[in-house]
Amino acid sequence: MTTLARLAEAGYQLTSETSGASAEAQKAMVATARKIAKLAAEHAADVDAKSRFPHEVFEALKQERLLGIMIPAAHGGEQASHSTISEICAVLAQGCASSAMIYAMHQIKVSSLVVHCGDDPWHGSFMARIAREQLLLASATTEGGGVGGDLRSSICGVVREGDDFTLDKEGCLISYGAQADAILITSRRTPEAPPSDQVMSVLTSDQYRLERSAAWDTMGMRGTCSDNFTFSGRAPAAQIIPVPFAEIAAQSMLPNAHLLWASVWYGIAAEAVARAEGFVRSEARKRPGSTPPSALRLAELLARLQQFKALVVAGLDRYERARSDADELSSMGFVVAMNSIKVVASQSVGEIVMQAFLICGIQGYRNDSPASLARLMRDALSAPIMINNDRILGNTSNLLAVYKHDPSLSR
Amino acid sequence: MKTRIREILKTTGKLPVDVATLGDEADLYNAGLTSFGTVELMMALEDAFEVEFPDNMMNRRNFASIAAIEAAIRTIQSEHV
Repeated sequence: MTTLARLAEAGYQLTSETSGASAEAQKAMVATARKIAKLAAEHAADVDAKSRFPHEVFEALKQERLLGIMIPAAHGGEQASHSTISEICAVLAQGCASSAMIYAMHQIKVSSLVVHCGDDPWHGSFMARIAREQLLLASATTEGGGVGGDLRSSICGVVREGDDFTLDKEGCLISYGAQADAILITSRRTPEAPPSDQVMSVLTSDQYRLERSAAWDTMGMRGTCSDNFTFSGRAPAAQIIPVPFAEIAAQSMLPNAHLLWASVWYGIAAEAVARAEGFVRSEARKRPGSTPPSALRLAELLARLQQFKALVVAGLDRYERARSDADELSSMGFVVAMNSIKVVASQSVGEIVMQAFLICGIQGYRNDSPASLARLMRDALSAPIMINNDRILGNTSNLLAVYKHDPSLSR
Repeated sequence: MKTRIREILKTTGKLPVDVATLGDEADLYNAGLTSFGTVELMMALEDAFEVEFPDNMMNRRNFASIAAIEAAIRTIQSEHV
């Protein structure tokens, strides 16, 4: 089957063949996520201070069965919409950005299985297992030895041994690698294949060993525990995803990563605005009858947040429409749109937190006040460098010798 | 038109295989056409046939084979007479 046919079929199944979760069920999922976000907020300072995995949050997410909701009903999942998953990312980020980012990264991995593996027996039953056992998926796409963050290039390759394969990858940064139940890992198709001829394989935690080579000690997003590891694994060859990684990167990772990361960043921005609102309200109560000067800046900030929200919502809408249209999904315009969402969202979150600082003043700068913006700012600073914006703009710039943007408002 | 498309494919798009060995319907991506190669190819086709690919035609399918490229160019030409 061609890529296009496969995509069309995946899109068809997702949009019309099976119904998916009802609107009420999806509202209930978001309401549950809101409760878990409160729990996340209670532990966020400790997660941040100790740079530790937010295990309370993920125990709750597993307990409430929110890890398998993207999986199609045909494979035992709830088949929630991307809007619902995006909303859950934003809600969690209001409590703890690290927890939300881990949730987003997990769902990005699930999306690759959902889009590309619907008719593959091993991966189909693995999706059912994710839904049943609420497995947490991590990603190993980076590699030491000069490849760094270029996910479309690998040094290591899959080595076939009978019905099995082995894979050894050095110096890969794996967010929550030590806590994940399975890892989706990239490599060359064979050790002799060119660096860009890649495959992605799924290995469960009993099938690999991780040796930590560097610990994650950063300004922000400290709870993602993105340690560096040497990975060595062995598994049946059926666990190699049959579709080339080039297709996975372009068709499921690109839109899902950019939209779900943007949702997490929107959540951080929304929380910063909420703290600024709280500050302005308390100022207003101190001097009834006069509007505090910071209220003007808050009015401006609310407009900025609305712009950010519109960016994410329009992106989700475009992806929903593109999912059933393989031509649109593989179009240059779609790539440029998703890249642009990442760049603008990652800039917006830092700017919004910065503007909230001006409103909250010293109360925002303090670590111990209810209007503190310190952790939010440190978390926000990860956004432009998580896949560096310059790399993304560079990819877009490669297309501009032929690309013309579509000036319509409705497409 | 296919002959001219073949000539262009020989010099642009950086295909690692001999274009003469590819059928009109052969998948150019499977033959090694990259996204960067696609951009180069589009540029050369736009110059050679004096057309502009609109945004909604810049997708994978329209550049997936020699026959697909020909069909895409004919569509643009017929829309602009």
